[in-house]
Amino acid sequence: MRYSRKLTGAAYAAPVALFVLVFFVAPLLLVGRMSASDWPLLAGDLGVNLPDNYTAIGDNRLFWPAVGFTLKYTGIVVVILVGLSLGLAMLVSGTRKGTGFFRTAYFLPTTLGLASASLLFFGFYSPSIGPLDPILQGLGITDEPISWLGTPNMALFSTVVLIVWKFAGFFMIILLVGLQAIPPDVYEAARLDGAGRWQAFVHITLPLLRPALGLVLILSITGSLLAFDQFFILTKGGPDNSTVTVVQLIYREAFQRFDLGAAAAISVVVLLALLVLNIAQFRSLRRDQ
Amino acid sequence: MRFDKRRPARRAAAAVAAGTAAVLLAAACGDGRSGGGGDQEVVLEGVDDGTTLTMWTRAATQAQSQALVDAYNESHENQVELSVIPTDDYQTRVGTAAGNQELPDLFAIDVVLAPKFTTAGAYLDITDRIDSLEFADALAPSHIEVGTVDDRKYLVPHTLDLSVLFYNKDLYEQAGLDPEKPPTTLVEFAEHARAIAELGDDIHGTFFGGNCGGCYLFTWWPSIWAEGAEVMNSDGTESLLDSPEAQEVYSIWRGLVEDGAVAPGHAEEPGATWTGLFPEGNIGVMPMPSTMLGLMPEDLNMGVAPIPGPSGGESTFVGGDSIGISANSEHPNQAWDFLRWSLQEDTQIDILAAGGDVMARTDLADNEYYADNPNAVIMNDLVAIGRTPYSLNFGQTFNDPQGPWLPLVREAVYGDPNADLSALNDAITASLSS
Repeated sequence: MRYSRKLTGAAYAAPVALFVLVFFVAPLLLVGRMSASDWPLLAGDLGVNLPDNYTAIGDNRLFWPAVGFTLKYTGIVVVILVGLSLGLAMLVSGTRKGTGFFRTAYFLPTTLGLASASLLFFGFYSPSIGPLDPILQGLGITDEPISWLGTPNMALFSTVVLIVWKFAGFFMIILLVGLQAIPPDVYEAARLDGAGRWQAFVHITLPLLRPALGLVLILSITGSLLAFDQFFILTKGGPDNSTVTVVQLIYREAFQRFDLGAAAAISVVVLLALLVLNIAQFRSLRRDQ
Repeated sequence: MRFDKRRPARRAAAAVAAGTAAVLLAAACGDGRSGGGGDQEVVLEGVDDGTTLTMWTRAATQAQSQALVDAYNESHENQVELSVIPTDDYQTRVGTAAGNQELPDLFAIDVVLAPKFTTAGAYLDITDRIDSLEFADALAPSHIEVGTVDDRKYLVPHTLDLSVLFYNKDLYEQAGLDPEKPPTTLVEFAEHARAIAELGDDIHGTFFGGNCGGCYLFTWWPSIWAEGAEVMNSDGTESLLDSPEAQEVYSIWRGLVEDGAVAPGHAEEPGATWTGLFPEGNIGVMPMPSTMLGLMPEDLNMGVAPIPGPSGGESTFVGGDSIGISANSEHPNQAWDFLRWSLQEDTQIDILAAGGDVMARTDLADNEYYADNPNAVIMNDLVAIGRTPYSLNFGQTFNDPQGPWLPLVREAVYGDPNADLSALNDAITASLSS
């Protein structure tokens, strides 16, 4: 009886376990193996060359600039995204007329794929086919066409605008759920004790929203550190290699330089960095609770 | 004991779950295709027996490939299934498929990237088949050369894409230039562009893809060749892109940028939309791919001319796609049937020449369609003198947006006017010879 029960349990777990094994553990082991080998895309495995692929990372002229840029981008995106999505969540958390419409409106960009959204913005920003410059000039706001992706700062700015537009609604929904889970009586009690709006926000909303905020932070930080599609489509790392992210570097090693070993080595390094970061984040989140 | 009562159902559920797992496992393991064309006996004239062939090409040359495939399918038992892959992803897709032995029977390749694939053994050796063609000598010479490794031939020209000057005759007239006299030197080209830019409003002298390595080399290297200089040494391991001739070319374009004769957006143009402006009729004169000729609006009064060097001469970059049979194809004779047919006189004339395209052969320029299309004749004549540069590391050096070519040319056009390009040129050599 006990044994067969265990067996049933194992059978239930088998599909998921197998899924994880085939689509996570096996590729992970393969990446580890690749990172230790001389492995050109076209020729296949040519044998172990440890630690060449790892030592080559430091010699890669694009690596440290890419790390720096990825961190800078992550910092900017996370601050704006978390702030804005919190603001939006508070705006639409009430039950006033019309909030449903705004919730939907803010959330809509989320339903678009990132690559499609990037292509859409690529069109908007294009000096030859985009509508932005004609509109701005028509309204008399600018005289000259703006080079939306032409300088390093503008390219970064334009990409951040896309990402904020695309993801603010998603994080808003997470925070909205968190906000609505706070019992109204807590605010009631605070108001009776004479707390103002600001005090209520700092001493009630923020502490009780921590789990949701923590989730938003982890998702937005991890997502930004792994940024690829938006830069691949909007800037291709340019102008002048100013917007090359770490994942673009992995892509370049694998599919421009056809060196799977070098790409795998960078992947392993990024994986370890993310692992450490996520453990630290979860720890601090748990401590807070 | 609810558990006991529902046990049969649970059992069934568990069985389904385990079954799903087995299917997943089978799907994930896939079927490693092996073998390939080596076992089939070579039939030089090809075999048309109703085989279904798979073929890949990139979006940039889709129009020509599609026309060829449609006509072949209509007149043959064999059927070719064409998959068109976005140009930017093509190398990635083909590279991955080659690594996994999952290539289609036929695949075209941007001719400059071909050496990477021919030397890696992704293509079947078709030397005997090519040599058996009575018109073998007339096949676009630079394509055949790049598709040859150690005297073995792997590729035939498929769709040719040459760089040529396109100029807008109406704008030439408005600017007081002779619409029948396109520029014959690059200096003259710059004068024309400036004169047209003077027209003002939304009219611009010229345009180029300023953040696109592939665009630069395709449109600017012919000027270097026309001047009698080289861009690389003959085995493609050393860069000569800081030569005085090359710098002269960069500086002429730089002057156009500084004088505002280039349409806005050039500095960030990544190569996706750079050919979109000229057909709208606002650009005076610019080098573009010959495949654009068939896509020009009918009411656009335009002409084409060879790309000149700073002091004269003419040349072109013979780009486009070569095509071969993949090494793992199980139907090489059927695949060859398509290739052989695609190069025949009737096919070349009725499909390519009729569409205003450049043909893969140099011996057919005297045909009924070209008689009414002087622009196509100019382009076709360039095939014989044009160049296709050879280097094993071409893609990662010149096309890759993070490669070392883009920094050099951007420094020359947008950077410090007195910059020393030799260090940047050394970086290109390092990439070529790595």
